[in-house]
Amino acid sequence: MSNQKTMAHTPKRMIGSVLATGFFLILSLIIIFPVFAGLLASFRPGKELIRRGLSIDLNLSTMNLDNYLYLFGGNADSQKYFMWYKNSLLICIISVAVTLFVCYFVAYGLTMYEFKFKNLLFTIVLATMMVPFEILMLPLYKEIIALKLIDTYVGVMIIGICNASTIFFFKQYLSGLPKDLLDAARIDGCSEYGIAVKIILPLAKPAFASMGILSAMGNWNAILWPLLVLKGAEKFTLPIGLNTLLTPYGNNYDVLIAGSMFGILPIFVIFLIFQKYIIDGMTAGAVKG
Amino acid sequence: MKIKNFFYSQKVAPYVFVVPFILSFAFFWVYPLITAFTMSFQDIGAISSDWIGFANYAKLLKDNVFHIAVWNSVKYMFFTLVLLIPFPMLFAVLLDSNLVKAKGVWKAVLYMPALTSVVISGTLFRLMFTEYTTGQMNMITAALGLGTYKWLKMGWSGMLALLILACWRWTGVNMLYFLSGLKSIDTSLYEAADIDGASGKQKFFYVTLPLLKPTTVYVLTISVYAGLAMFLESFMLWAGNSSPNNIGLTIVGYLYKRGIEKNDMGYACAVGVVLLVVALIINFAQLIINGTFKKEED
Repeated sequence: MSNQKTMAHTPKRMIGSVLATGFFLILSLIIIFPVFAGLLASFRPGKELIRRGLSIDLNLSTMNLDNYLYLFGGNADSQKYFMWYKNSLLICIISVAVTLFVCYFVAYGLTMYEFKFKNLLFTIVLATMMVPFEILMLPLYKEIIALKLIDTYVGVMIIGICNASTIFFFKQYLSGLPKDLLDAARIDGCSEYGIAVKIILPLAKPAFASMGILSAMGNWNAILWPLLVLKGAEKFTLPIGLNTLLTPYGNNYDVLIAGSMFGILPIFVIFLIFQKYIIDGMTAGAVKG
Repeated sequence: MKIKNFFYSQKVAPYVFVVPFILSFAFFWVYPLITAFTMSFQDIGAISSDWIGFANYAKLLKDNVFHIAVWNSVKYMFFTLVLLIPFPMLFAVLLDSNLVKAKGVWKAVLYMPALTSVVISGTLFRLMFTEYTTGQMNMITAALGLGTYKWLKMGWSGMLALLILACWRWTGVNMLYFLSGLKSIDTSLYEAADIDGASGKQKFFYVTLPLLKPTTVYVLTISVYAGLAMFLESFMLWAGNSSPNNIGLTIVGYLYKRGIEKNDMGYACAVGVVLLVVALIINFAQLIINGTFKKEED
């Protein structure tokens, strides 16, 4: 009897399944379109981009590798581009490493101990998230000038090291670990800092992975603050550098379009490899509210 | 011996761990926040600054360009809420059902726009919204018999371009938030609803929607901020901070224009304070209506 019932539902379910999957297929095609068209455009001359806009014309005879050959050709534009690329990588790596360790230790202190200002401090961590960065931007800019950190990478990185959402995520993660571990390590003669580094940190590796990737994505694509702090073209990060190529005359569009596509690459590769961690890290705040 | 005590003291350790946060909080949050307020009452010059009381705010009240910026930001925020909460939620519910095949692929593809820098996505969208007939938007409208438009030169179509860019970038992100919210709902509730003979629609309105509320409130809160503080999308879509008749000017765009481009920091800080006040009022109102504060007291 129940068998018959499922049989009766099968064709209906199949239609539903086809419709639902088809819906996501169409949605995905729409979402992919701009990037796909941009990728195709990167195989055409920049002038073509100005004249014809983005097009998904798959005519192979109009496509060639010239833009990429030029981009990797070692000429002045190419050197500039890879300088920006290198700057972005440098800022990204240092920033992520420092941010993760600092935020881990702060979260560790807020989770593993009972002390007087604990709850107050955690409330403050959450409160900092309630003020959009853009409001602090101008006073921070003046402050960075006063500290003589303008046009330096330290100036770019320093304001984001103690990131409230990263601390929050680490705290959520560390709260789930058994505190008996700490006492056991203390009996074994481990110092408080030794416990944090040698015992608990290895257990928090998944949290490091999640936050590391999200933080890398944020750093790689950061625009507003680096745009204010960095003044010299030799110090620009990739997004800032690419932005300078956006002239109304379009004489740089060969480098711009090929460089943009090659600039997305590292983040795409990281995303495809670590997809699971990204979703974990990103949605941590949304479930518990 | 004393040094050893320091390393082993459970009284001292927590303070050592949180010191970086306290320093960062003091120097890069409290100080600039206070400065933003004090600067908003000043006329900031290169050498000296004068206290001018509420003059900056009085000027804001009469500044038509600022009113345009506020109206654009509020409109943008409102429409992003309308578009980027219900639809991603429905997509998440659909994706969470066992009807959809190859879920991982769709999740990854829909998230992809969030990985691209605004510099790149803004450039791509500018090309698609070009006024020439070769732009994709004009091709679509022409094919539908609606003619072609100068998309980035008119108020309504400029806002539409910003909203389409926003939907493109954030639909997948918000969908992932809702998906993780759905994962936390106990499946036995759906089984119980099935036994009671609830329809799919009833299950959505009486089980899914109420239990998704923490996620919805979270997405709503961050969307209010993101909407009101939007700047870079407009900056990239119009290749700079000026758009025809200020159709793409936002509050932060105006703050940037005044503070950085025209070096009038005091006035720009007053713009920032207004943004903060508006954002806090909307979010507190929204959180109170949603009962977020009440729940914590229980």
